[in-house]
Amino acid sequence: MFGLQNPTKFLKFAKLVGPWFALATVLLIGSGLWIGLFASPADYQQGETVRIMYVHVPSAWMGMFAYTVMAVASAIALVWKHPVADHVAKGSAPLGAGFTLICLVTGALWGKPMWGAWWVWDARLTSMLILFFLYLGYMALSGAFDNAERGAKASAILAVVGWVNVPIIKFSVDWWNTLHQPASVTKAGMPSIDPAMLIPLLLMGVGFTTFYATLLLWRVRSEILQTRIRNIRLAQIHGEG
Amino acid sequence: MSDLFSMGGYASFVWPSYGLAFLVMLALFIDSRLRLKKAEAEFEKLDAVRKAARDQRS
Amino acid sequence: MNRYWELLKRELRLALRQGSDSMMVVGFFVLAVILFPFGIGPEPSILARVAPGLVWVNALLAAMLSLDRLYQADYEDGSLELLILTPAPLELLVAAKVTAHWLTTGLPLMAAAPLLAIFLNLNAYDLGVLLLTLAVGTPALSLIGSVGAALVLGARRGGVLISLLVLPLFIPVLIFAVGCVDAAQHAFPWTGQLAILGAILLGAVPLGLYASAAALRQAAE
Repeated sequence: MFGLQNPTKFLKFAKLVGPWFALATVLLIGSGLWIGLFASPADYQQGETVRIMYVHVPSAWMGMFAYTVMAVASAIALVWKHPVADHVAKGSAPLGAGFTLICLVTGALWGKPMWGAWWVWDARLTSMLILFFLYLGYMALSGAFDNAERGAKASAILAVVGWVNVPIIKFSVDWWNTLHQPASVTKAGMPSIDPAMLIPLLLMGVGFTTFYATLLLWRVRSEILQTRIRNIRLAQIHGEG
Repeated sequence: MSDLFSMGGYASFVWPSYGLAFLVMLALFIDSRLRLKKAEAEFEKLDAVRKAARDQRS
Repeated sequence: MNRYWELLKRELRLALRQGSDSMMVVGFFVLAVILFPFGIGPEPSILARVAPGLVWVNALLAAMLSLDRLYQADYEDGSLELLILTPAPLELLVAAKVTAHWLTTGLPLMAAAPLLAIFLNLNAYDLGVLLLTLAVGTPALSLIGSVGAALVLGARRGGVLISLLVLPLFIPVLIFAVGCVDAAQHAFPWTGQLAILGAILLGAVPLGLYASAAALRQAAE
């Protein structure tokens, strides 16, 4: 993919593009927050709690987007053996897990005033909870080997297997949820978004994405350097040994 | 300004969710940043040693 | 195909030599289910209502407990490398391993299910449906579990790690299996859920075999 699989080229690209992503993040999230909190209407039904949506929904998108990036990068790493793809997958996991965590907690904080309970086995929240455990499994596996290379290979397979299972899990949780839908929970569902709310939501969504990209580039750069440090150390040991 | 913070009575739900989102993203930011700085510093140090050794040999 | 039978015979001989393994799995399964009346209370109607969920969650945990010795012994004594070098496709070895695992865990769990049905006040018809779901569901657990077992070879604390990897992937099997028995209990048609469970099993066959084979190749490198 236009030479990015070559670590040195990737480092140059990351140094070049990184600052622009950072700038975009500040502008997007700044304006998104300003409009979302101060310059957009409250919901006629939910009142001010709807403002939680500007954090809850983008983090849900990012949780799923980061997992897809992880799975695609893992597939590339498995098929074409590009170490940079492994680094992208390894770097993307903690970010995705962080966003999924934000999504779950803000979901609970939004659910309490609206549905009356901190945790509701709503289909989307439950699927995000399972996604969070898929992230934990991935990170635990990638860190469970002494040899980083071996960890990357094993977790790459897990990411692809996990990604294949996500639609099945989503389908079964939705089916399970409609079956056991407790009558008391009024399914508020996604409020039909009027433009005044859509703008801050999209601003925050894109802002979260550029934030994710900035941090991902940093993490990939540090993974590349870590690999080089390991190689130099090995060379030194063999050199002197 | 005061009704802004009361968030129509839901302040104790809206602000914690923004607060937490900020905290998690801040933690990710710091972790990623530190990890990069540490790796770069270590790499510079090792690279310098390696270059010095090579210059000596040549 | 005869290589598959040879490998299967080898696995079964190994598994049956220490027969105690499957007894332990069944022992855990029965004991774990028996604990619940102490927790929930002996009220027959409650137990009957939660019986499918209890039996299935504990069957899932029991199947998972015996996963780590699926490849561990062969990995440690190096026979995994030899098995990989044989001309037979690695997927055949995985198929033999999974079949052996199912015969030594899935089947015994099904054998123990009637006993638990009595403890949990499950009537005969629902027990029949429960056995059907176990027959279709436990092979899927072995297949998906095999991927987890292959992935953790050589990892620190592999046993615990397997549960973190495979439990989320077991959830669809759990949902449709319990859903099926639940429908039977409420006299609803239940064949639809069983069909979906069968679909998950069919999907798990290629996924389990290929992913486990890939993981084994990585492990043996």
